[in-house]
Amino acid sequence: MSDIKEMSLEEREATLGGIGSARKRKEDARFIRGQGNYVDDIKLPGMVFGDFVRSAYAHAKIKSIDTEAALAVPGVMAVITAKDLEPLGLHWMPTLAGDVAAVLADKKVHFQNQEVAFVVGADRYAVSDGVQAVDVDYDELPVLVDPRKALDADAPILREDVQEKDNVGQGLRRHPNHIFHWEVGDKTATDAAFAAAAVTIKEEIGYPRNHPSPMETCGCVASMDATNGVLTVYGTFQAPHVIRTVVSLITGLSENNIRIVSPDVGGGFGNKVGAYPGYICAAAASIVTGLPVKWIESRMDNLSTTAFARDYHMTGELAADESGKITAIRANVLADHGAFNTHAQPMKWPAGFFNIVTGSYDVPVGHVEVDGVYTNKAPGGVAYRCSFRVTEAAYLIERLIDALAQKIGVDKAEIRFRNFIQPEQFPYDSCLGWEYDSGDYPTALKKALEAVDYEGLRREQKEKAAKGELMGIGIATFTEIVGAGPTRNCDIVGLGMFDSCEIRVHPTGSAIVRLGTKSQGQGHETTFAQIVATEIGLPSDAITVEEGDTDTAPYGLGTYGSRSTPVAGAACAIAARKIRAKAQKIAAHLLEVGEGDLEWEVDRFRVKGLPERAATMKDICMAAYSNLPEGMEPGLETTSYYDPPNFTYPFGAYVCVVDIDRFTGEIKVRRFYALDDCGTRINPMVIEGQVHGGLAEAFAIAMGQEIVFDELGNVMGASFLDYFIPTTVETPVWETDHTVTPSPHHPIGAKGVGESPNVGGVPAFTNAVVDAFAQHGVMHMPMPHTAWRVWQTIDELGLNK
Amino acid sequence: MIPGSFAYHRPASVDEAVALLGQFGEDGKVLAGGHSLIPMMKLRLATPEHLIDINGIGELKGIREEGGQLRIGAAATQADILASDLLANTCPLLPEAAALIADPQIRYCGTLGGNVANGDPGNDMPAVMMALAAIYALRGPGGAREVAARDFYHGTFDTALAENELLTEIRIPTPAPGHGASYQKMKRKVGDYATAAAAAVLSFDGDRCASAAVTLTNVGEAAIFVTEAGDALVGTAVDDTAVAEAAARAMALAAPVSDLRGPAEYRTQMAGEMARRAIRTAAARAKGG
Amino acid sequence: MAEKTKISLTVNGNAVEAEIEPRTLLIHFLREHLNLTGAHIGCETSHCGACTVDLDGRSVKSCTVFAVQANGGELLTVEGMAAGGELHPLQQAFVDQHGLQCGYCTPGMLVRAYRLLQETPNPTDDEIRWGLSGNLCRCTGYQNIVKAVRQAADELGQKEAAE
Repeated sequence: MSDIKEMSLEEREATLGGIGSARKRKEDARFIRGQGNYVDDIKLPGMVFGDFVRSAYAHAKIKSIDTEAALAVPGVMAVITAKDLEPLGLHWMPTLAGDVAAVLADKKVHFQNQEVAFVVGADRYAVSDGVQAVDVDYDELPVLVDPRKALDADAPILREDVQEKDNVGQGLRRHPNHIFHWEVGDKTATDAAFAAAAVTIKEEIGYPRNHPSPMETCGCVASMDATNGVLTVYGTFQAPHVIRTVVSLITGLSENNIRIVSPDVGGGFGNKVGAYPGYICAAAASIVTGLPVKWIESRMDNLSTTAFARDYHMTGELAADESGKITAIRANVLADHGAFNTHAQPMKWPAGFFNIVTGSYDVPVGHVEVDGVYTNKAPGGVAYRCSFRVTEAAYLIERLIDALAQKIGVDKAEIRFRNFIQPEQFPYDSCLGWEYDSGDYPTALKKALEAVDYEGLRREQKEKAAKGELMGIGIATFTEIVGAGPTRNCDIVGLGMFDSCEIRVHPTGSAIVRLGTKSQGQGHETTFAQIVATEIGLPSDAITVEEGDTDTAPYGLGTYGSRSTPVAGAACAIAARKIRAKAQKIAAHLLEVGEGDLEWEVDRFRVKGLPERAATMKDICMAAYSNLPEGMEPGLETTSYYDPPNFTYPFGAYVCVVDIDRFTGEIKVRRFYALDDCGTRINPMVIEGQVHGGLAEAFAIAMGQEIVFDELGNVMGASFLDYFIPTTVETPVWETDHTVTPSPHHPIGAKGVGESPNVGGVPAFTNAVVDAFAQHGVMHMPMPHTAWRVWQTIDELGLNK
Repeated sequence: MIPGSFAYHRPASVDEAVALLGQFGEDGKVLAGGHSLIPMMKLRLATPEHLIDINGIGELKGIREEGGQLRIGAAATQADILASDLLANTCPLLPEAAALIADPQIRYCGTLGGNVANGDPGNDMPAVMMALAAIYALRGPGGAREVAARDFYHGTFDTALAENELLTEIRIPTPAPGHGASYQKMKRKVGDYATAAAAAVLSFDGDRCASAAVTLTNVGEAAIFVTEAGDALVGTAVDDTAVAEAAARAMALAAPVSDLRGPAEYRTQMAGEMARRAIRTAAARAKGG
Repeated sequence: MAEKTKISLTVNGNAVEAEIEPRTLLIHFLREHLNLTGAHIGCETSHCGACTVDLDGRSVKSCTVFAVQANGGELLTVEGMAAGGELHPLQQAFVDQHGLQCGYCTPGMLVRAYRLLQETPNPTDDEIRWGLSGNLCRCTGYQNIVKAVRQAADELGQKEAAE
C-alpha cells in the first residue's frame, strides 16, 4: 500500500526517528535564525509598558508615596500603588504555601528591592523616567538578615500582618518570625541508634542562597479585552495552567475568561514557576488603562527579587558501626524563606523532598526536623534545577558519607559500596518514607571508577601531597527523586500533580500532540514526538508538539523538577497507546481479520503468520476518516491524564578531579566524569545536552554563586558582574556516560534527567575540594568555593608557606 | 535600566571636542568606549546632559613609534592594541594586559584612553602605564600639556585631568630591547575586575637587575606605583629573597577594601602573590625565558 | 526629552533611516524600531552577550551602545546570517552539534562566532573558548557550542580550499 513496505525493519525503525534516536531538534530552526518568539518579542497593538519603583530598604515603614512628579513625566500614564490595588483585592496575593505576599508594599517594605509602585507609560524610556520621579518616604526599621536570629525573643517582628496568627499555612508556629516546623522519621529509634553507635559524625553544612538566573528574565504582556471580559497573559511561565488557575483565584475572573500563553521561554531552572507581582500589576494595569501592558524584569530585579533557591542551614549526623555501615541519620535544618512564604513547590510538605536525604544508602532509621523562618530578604524559594529540596538533601548525605569515610579511614568509594542499597533490594522502602523504584548503584560506581582510573588518581594524589601540592578527588553517588507526582504526595493549590497529553492524528498520517507541560529549552517538541512516533508508528518529523497555550493544551501542571518525562512523557505514551488500540480495530477491519489475529510491528499491524498482509499506520490514519468498521466513531484522537503511581528515582555516579593553587586558592577542575542512569533514553543527544548544562550550573553553584546581603539587608552584587555565571573559559570539559535501569512503573521506563547533573554535580565538586584537604583533617568547607574561602583554609593550615 | 536624556555631540577634531568640553563644563561627558559610562548612565548614577562622542576624531586613533616613544591615540581600542604588530614586538606587556581586560566584545569598544583616564581603580591599564613610565598628553582650552602616569592618579575617579581637558595620546618610552615585563591578574572570571593584579617591568645588566618598576591594580583608591619594590630588586639577581622582599613591600602599600572578591587581607596577600609572579615572569622574559 | 537625532545606517544589507532620541540603546532600536528581535537582552550590564551584533566588523554588545553611535555604520544581526535563505555553516553546526537549548543566547553566540571565524579561521578549542568568553549560556555547558564552532570552521575551511 505504500513505499515504506520496501524498507527493511531497521530502515523503517530509523525512518520513524523514535525513542533512542539522536534526532536533531525541531525547535532549533527558529532559534538559529533569530525567529524565536520570547515574551519580550511580543508586541500587541497599543501596548504600553510598566515597571516598578522598588524599595531602597530591607525593612521600613512607608510614610508616603508621592507620584505627582512621575505623573508629570511625558508618556507616563499611571502610577499604581497598594492603595489602588486594595479595592480590587489585589494588593496582597495568596501564595502556594498558604501564606500571603504583598503585590505592592502595603504600609511597609520587607526586603530590599520590594515592589512599591508600578509605573505605566507609553514606552520603556518614559516608564524609566517615571520610576525615577516617584518619591517614597520611608521610616527605617531594624533589619533581620541572619535566619539563626529570627526566633530570638528580641528579634524584630517582620510580618505584622500575620503577627497574631499561629499558623501561616503550614502548621503551628511558635514565634512571629516562624513559618513552620516539620519533622519526619522515627526520633526514638534514631536517638537509640546514635546512642549505641560505634562511630558518629556531625557536621554543620550550609547551602547558601543562590538564584537560577536563566538568560531570559521573567516578564509578561497582559491584555484585558474589556468588551469580551477576557484576560490574556503572555508570559515566562513554566506552568501556564497553574498560573491560569491562580490568576482566577486571585482576581475572581472566571477561568474560561483567562488565557495564559507561554511563548518560547529562555530558560527557567525554577525561576519561572511562581506567580510574581509583575504579572498581577501588568494585569491590573491593563484593566486600568484598557491597553495591553508589558512588564519585563531587569537582571538586577531578577537576581534580587524573583525566585531565590536554597538558603538551607543544615546540621547533619550519621551513626555507623566500625566498618562504616551507616546505622542512622539525623538532620536538623533551618530554612530561610525570606519575607513571605512563597515557595513554589508541589509537595504537600513544607520541606519538599528533603526526606530523600538517605540518598543511595541503606539506612535503617532516621529523623529529620526542618524549621522555616522569615527574614528581610526576597521571598521564596524555588527549586533551582531540581525537585524542591532534593539538591540540599543530596548535598547533605554526599558530604556526610565523605566525612564518615574520613573519620574511620576508609576510602570514599569503598564506604559507598558498603552502604549502597543493593540491586536486589528494589523496590526499596526508605526509612524516611520513599519507595525507590529501581536502581543499580554498585554497577554505576564500578564503571565510573574504572573510567577515571580511580586507583591511579589516588596514587597521583599521594605523590602530589608529598610535594605539597593540593589535588582532590570527589565522588558523588546520588539518588534523585523526580516526577511530581503521585496525587497522594503532591498538589498545587489542591490540584493533583498529573499531567496530560492530547493526540490528534490526521488523515494523511501526521499528528499534533499537545501537553500540559512547557519546555524552556529541554527540547519537548523533539523528544515527545519521538515517544509518540515509536508508540504509533508515524515518523516523528510528521508529529507537531505544542505546549504553553491554555486555550489549546490539555490541563497540566507544567515543567520543573524533571517531571515532564516521568509524568507528561508517560501521558504521551498512554495516549499514543489508546490511539494504537483504536488503530488496531481499524486495521482488523481493513485486513478483514480479528483484532487478536494482528501483531504490531514498528509502523503497522500485520496478520500473525502472514507478514505480507499488513496495514500501515499511514493507511489506518486515512481509514479512520473514511473507512471504519460499522458503529465506530470517526477520527483518531485521544487525551490522556496520567497520575503517576510513584516517583522515578534517577541516579548517577560522578567523579571530579581538582587541582588547587595553594598560593591563591584558585581551583582548576581537571576532569569531570558523569555517569547518569535515567532509565530508558529517549534522545541521547538531548540527554547529553541536559547533563552538560546541569553540570555547568552545578559548577557555578559550587564555585561561586551566592546572593550576599550586608547587615542592613542590602543585596550585594545582584548583577552578572558579581553573580557567578561562568563563561566558556572557566567551565570545565565534561565527560558523560550512562547505564540504563528502566523505571518499572513508567510506561516506557524513562526517569527524567534534567536536574540529575545539578543534584549530583554540586556534592561532587565540594567533595573534590574537601578531599584535597582531607589529609590535613579538614572535614567540610563551606560553599561556594571561591578562591578567597579556599585560601583561608590553606592559610589556616599554613600550606602556602 | 534606561539612561536619562542627553544631547549627543560628535566632534570631528580634538579642538572641537575641547571647545565642547569647555562649553558644557560638568554637564558634559566624554564618550569613548562607553562600557564604564553607559552602565553608569543606565543606573542613573551618571546623568550627563551632553555626551561628547570622540570616536569620530581621526587624530585620536592610531599606534605609532616616534622619537623613541610609542604613541597611542587615546581612542585606540584594546582590540587595536591586541592587533598591533608594533606593540607585540616592542612592548608585549600592553597586549598581554589588554587581553585580560573584559571580554572580546568590550575590547572592540574599550579604549586605552578611557581605561587610563576615567580614574576607576579597577581598570588595568593605569598600573601598566605607571610601570612603563608612560606620559599622558592632555589638551584643554589653554593648550596642550603632559602629565606622567605616575603623577596622574590622585584617588578613585580623581585624576590630574581637568574637567575641560581631553586625553589625546599616551606616550610610552619605547622599552629597551631585552627588557622583561609581565602583567599578572587574578580575577573571578572573564570580564571581572582584578581581585589583585600587578605589573612588573625589569631590565638587566648582565645577571643584575638594572631597573625595575612594580605596580598594582585594584588594591587601593588608584593604581599603585611601588617605588620601594623596584628598589628592592635593582642590583640583585632577582632571586627568591629579592622577590619576596619586593612582594612584601608591594603588600605594605596595598590597601584594598573587602568586597565580594574577598576580604581585604586576602586581596592584600594576592597583591603580593601577583607581584611575585609578575616579577618572576618579567625576569625570566628579560633573560630570554 | 532631548531632541531627536536622525541616523542612517545599513542593517543586514538594507539601508535604514530613523529619528531617535540620542539615549536610545542600539538593542532597543533594533528590537523596538526595526522589529529585529533576534538579539536579546540578558543582563543589561554588558556581561552576557545575548545582545551581540556585528557593527563595522566588530562584535559589540548592543545594550551598551547608543543607536546614534551606529550612525553611518554597517550592522549585521542574526537575521542577516542566512544569505539568500541558505543557512550559514555556523547556524547548521549549532543544530548538528546540539549547541543550543533554550535558544536565548544563540543569536548573540552565532554573531560573535561569525566574527571570531572571520578573524581566526582555524581556531583551536582554546581560542574558541576565549573568543566566546563574552557570551554567557546557562543551558549547554558550552561544550557543544565549542564543537559547533569547530564544525563550522572546518566546513568554511574546506569551502575556501575548494574555491
